[in-house]
Amino acid sequence: MPDGMTNDDLLDYYKKMVLVRAVDERIWALNRQGKVPIAASCQGHEAAQLGSLLAAAKDGNCFLFPYYRDLALKMAAGLTAKQVMLSFMGREGDPYSNARQFPLQGADLPNKIIQISNVVAAGLTQSVGYALACTMQGDHTVVLVYFGDGASSQGETHEAMNFAGVHRLPVIFVCENNRYAISVPQRRQMNLDDLADRAAGYGFPGFVVDGMDFVQCYEATHQAILHARQQGPVLLEMKVERFMPHTTDDDDRRYRPRDEVEQARMRDPVVTLAEDLVRRGIITPGQVDKIASQAQREVDEATDFADTASQPDVSTLHDMLYVP
Amino acid sequence: MVVASVIEAIREALREEMRRNHDVFVLGEDVGQRGGVFLATQGLLEEFGGERVIDTPLAEASIMGIALGAAFRGMRPIPEVQFSDFVWPAVNQLIGEAARACYGTNGALNVPMVVRIPYGGGIRGGLFHSQNVEAMFFHTPGLKVIAPSTPYDAKGLLKSAIRDNNPVISLEHKKTYRLVRGEVPEEDYTLPIGLADVKRTGGAITTVSYGLMLHYCLEAAEQVSQEGIDVEVVDLRTLKPLDKKTILESVRKTGRLLIVHEDNLTGGVGAEVAAVAAAEAFDYLDAPISRLCGPDVPTMPFAETLEKAYMPDTVKVTEALRNLAAY
Repeated sequence: MPDGMTNDDLLDYYKKMVLVRAVDERIWALNRQGKVPIAASCQGHEAAQLGSLLAAAKDGNCFLFPYYRDLALKMAAGLTAKQVMLSFMGREGDPYSNARQFPLQGADLPNKIIQISNVVAAGLTQSVGYALACTMQGDHTVVLVYFGDGASSQGETHEAMNFAGVHRLPVIFVCENNRYAISVPQRRQMNLDDLADRAAGYGFPGFVVDGMDFVQCYEATHQAILHARQQGPVLLEMKVERFMPHTTDDDDRRYRPRDEVEQARMRDPVVTLAEDLVRRGIITPGQVDKIASQAQREVDEATDFADTASQPDVSTLHDMLYVP
Repeated sequence: MVVASVIEAIREALREEMRRNHDVFVLGEDVGQRGGVFLATQGLLEEFGGERVIDTPLAEASIMGIALGAAFRGMRPIPEVQFSDFVWPAVNQLIGEAARACYGTNGALNVPMVVRIPYGGGIRGGLFHSQNVEAMFFHTPGLKVIAPSTPYDAKGLLKSAIRDNNPVISLEHKKTYRLVRGEVPEEDYTLPIGLADVKRTGGAITTVSYGLMLHYCLEAAEQVSQEGIDVEVVDLRTLKPLDKKTILESVRKTGRLLIVHEDNLTGGVGAEVAAVAAAEAFDYLDAPISRLCGPDVPTMPFAETLEKAYMPDTVKVTEALRNLAAY
């Protein structure tokens, strides 16, 4: 058992993972029914997002800057299935922006999360500035910023890592590398096999992590948090698989071989984590089924709840342009 | 009262606000050790230390993005763009992100950030050290934009901007930095953002302007007054929010409107002022609304003849006033 992790943590996060998967699958179905305009699936990324989240949660003094594919991270950080459904259906009560933005975009400050926009990689410099402010305020918050392989090509990614390195800021750069930026494969995105190699160019350590292995992702992040707080930035390249197309508007049959997707799905983090828990004697196969059914019930409830929720009133269109 | 230049007034504003509130800090290229390429931040590193006066890497987008992130955490950053011409790499963080952060989080976040931008020409700066960039920020909901022309206005408005809990773009015409001097109170004062200033009262023509051009308008107004043309000069001081009340009050009094700005004619701030006057003071107009602006070329070229051809100046304003008076 890795340092700081308990059996209860594993069980708790397995349940979170199952619920997230159920929500993720439901949202796609709702999209095809015309009830959810847009969704980006996190299927295949769950171990990376939840393993790192557990480390941050256990530490207790972290702040998160996720990107648009981080459904598992954002939900497990402290949202209910109902709140997530409100967001995807664009209803009043959406915790991130009250439906001014795409689902789960804006800020969830009670759960210490900010993601302002969809401009890919715009959050990296912001996360570094946040960390700078934390050090100026004398507290020891570690900032985790998440992004994909595509985002790593943006100029601001370089600028963010460079500044963080110069000032030795407590930032962990977590790249969920699924080797596809929508349709553009890694070999057209960078002249590297391992994105983690770039860290050396900024004077801080970078590590390749098996992003399909929940425990490994936890471990790597746990160590990174300790390092970041004392010494400065870390780059974690979590190699993951994207099971679904880019979003509900994408058709990955245009660019991705079917057998490649099938191969990827054989390493399903939900399945492998269940097997791990059974092996450790934390749950029985019967309990696995129970957890799955419970998740389905919760998703059904959340869907019905959100489907009848009201939309924001048109009188609010001009609100919150400025604060007093 | 002391007499100070625009740059001295700006420096004092920064110093006073940094003393007043420890969350205020400055960042940008060369702002620390060198005191800024225009010396706007001279002495601040020595007084406040390297944590609050940060010499950043040469990377405009990240200067703004980092400032924005710090603002999310409750600090009050004052990032500097060294020349307005270099703001373009940072535009997403300003227009795409900072301007949208409050609206896009339904008020959960606000952005108490002031972006200081030296702008404008007439200093043989060529295409890349002379640009007027105000129109794009003026157009953006969620931002405020100030553009003072005098030391008194510069200090008071900058202090207000620093105390404002929203993102403010502070445009400082670089030719006015040392050229324009004036009286500045020694005691603490602020000026409200969003209030224009009638710098010269008159009954025949309203001239609306800002920045360096404001001074040419005052000179021209003085000149034509000797020809019996009585000109009122309105200094916008703030571009956004536009002080429609002051503008319209003046236009309703005079019936004739001349707008003067250095920025390109098409789609500049003057176009909005003209539209507002046409819509809301239509019955009061005795002549078509007139605009004297920089021509629609990228900005003033380097050659002296071409820069002079580009820039509005006292002679051109005088001619425009005479034409408008004669309509």
